[in-house]
Amino acid sequence: MRAILTTIGKDKTGIIAGVSCYLAQNDINIVDVSQTIMDGYFTMMMMVDVDDAAADFEKLTQELDALGTKLGVDINIRNQEMYDAMHQL
Amino acid sequence: MTLCTSYRRPVLETEKIMETVRMVSEEKLDLRTITMGISLLDCIDSDSDRACQKIYDKITKKAKDLVRVGEEIETEFGIPVANKRITVTPISLIAAASGDHDYVKYALALDRAAKTVGVDFIGGYSALVQKGYQNGDKTLIKSLPEALTQTDLVCASVNVGSTRTGINMDAVKEMGEVVKKASELDYMNNAKMVIFCNAVEDNPFMAGGFHGVGESDVVINCGVSGPGVVKAALEKVKGESMDVVAETIKKTAFKVTRMGQLVGTTAAKRLGAKFGIVDLSLAPTAAIGDSIAEILEEIGLSSVGAHGTTAALAMLNDAVKKGGIMACSHVGGLSGAFIPVSEDAGMIKAVNAGYLNVSKLEAMTAVCSVGLDMIAVPGDIEASTISGMIADEAAIGMINAKTTAVRVIPVPGKKVGDTVEFGGLLGYAPIMDVSHASSAAMISRGGTIPAPVHSFKN
Repeated sequence: MRAILTTIGKDKTGIIAGVSCYLAQNDINIVDVSQTIMDGYFTMMMMVDVDDAAADFEKLTQELDALGTKLGVDINIRNQEMYDAMHQL
Repeated sequence: MTLCTSYRRPVLETEKIMETVRMVSEEKLDLRTITMGISLLDCIDSDSDRACQKIYDKITKKAKDLVRVGEEIETEFGIPVANKRITVTPISLIAAASGDHDYVKYALALDRAAKTVGVDFIGGYSALVQKGYQNGDKTLIKSLPEALTQTDLVCASVNVGSTRTGINMDAVKEMGEVVKKASELDYMNNAKMVIFCNAVEDNPFMAGGFHGVGESDVVINCGVSGPGVVKAALEKVKGESMDVVAETIKKTAFKVTRMGQLVGTTAAKRLGAKFGIVDLSLAPTAAIGDSIAEILEEIGLSSVGAHGTTAALAMLNDAVKKGGIMACSHVGGLSGAFIPVSEDAGMIKAVNAGYLNVSKLEAMTAVCSVGLDMIAVPGDIEASTISGMIADEAAIGMINAKTTAVRVIPVPGKKVGDTVEFGGLLGYAPIMDVSHASSAAMISRGGTIPAPVHSFKN
């Protein structure tokens, strides 16, 4: 399953490192990534492949949530179908 | 640093992804309900104990994974699902074979099954008497106050009229008395009971949901919500013409419905059930920022209840349908804007400020999705006055060929201006004033209001 991972928050050193390090440790491959500053906020989007992930989706969500708190950002992961359904005809 | 690689098509469309994230986290986009409709026609038995056992067994078997799958979807799609619910075939049809003198036993069986599978509500303790009563209907209606008092999760509904059959005024009279009696036992009972005209058979919303006899054995319907998202979209078109407002609502409704369609079909697939419909209703919650009243105010009314409210609501309702219909394969249920008082922070505020009364709400029901919904009234209201309110609403539904309903809650010991707390999604409500003139003589006539002629429609 492909998922979209969004990371939003105040810019600081180590956000990309923190997130990608977690993904690597959990066998989640980054398929695509884009990062920008929107309205003064650090905004990173990643498309990831969670098929080989070490943990189930619920655990991933919880751990990423905790990681977000540690890094001072909001991290969300959602099935990519959600975005496709809403925005693609 | 900006990184972007291409893959099939530009997949990471930043703006669109951000829009979805914002809709969920800030604008309270959620799915109001995933509802499993279960037919109980194969549970009919002349021995009521055996029938209740069959009902319990079938519900707990078919819906055993409903809550788990609902939660799974919540996590995976990151969309909160406010309620997981079950609807069943109207119990008056199932229980009629038994010859019992009351059907409380059936309500208890439904309640037990609902608790076992962990859903929030179970609907279908219902009777359809738009044209007349069969024996099962009579027994069920008589047992309503008791059945609702003895159960926690069971919701009831009675359909008293339709455009094709007219209005059963005997039922209207009786339901006034039932509402009154139910409130004397426990006023919360009436939060779980709706009186309909033109009830629909695939409605996933409570308290009026039931599983119609024309439906498949097990069906997943879902109800989307999203007033906050519509309001947020309208904030961006301040001062623009009504055409732009309608267009904006349409586009937003489309996106919200696509989400409902995805969640509904995914849930149906995982539960091995047929996917039924998406109900396009905008359903508010008592939380600030999730209110139909606030949408109407964003359109340009200083408060809901101002002149122009009905027009704004009509446009909103229509635009939601236009946007939603193309977004999903099957639309059904009630599909429109709900205007419950207790469940909508903006409505509560307008009532407290004196801008909104029962008469204005009644006018609004002519163009919205349901009717006089979650309205708390003084406990000493006459049963015939409640029947009068039911008759008025049923007439609006009958003449306009739409669904209308009444869910009024007489609260014993409370008077106009007091507040009553219902809790959870049901919110809280100020006690509203009703007309003090009597409807008794008309209501006591009983009989039937004939179906309207529609060839001279104007």
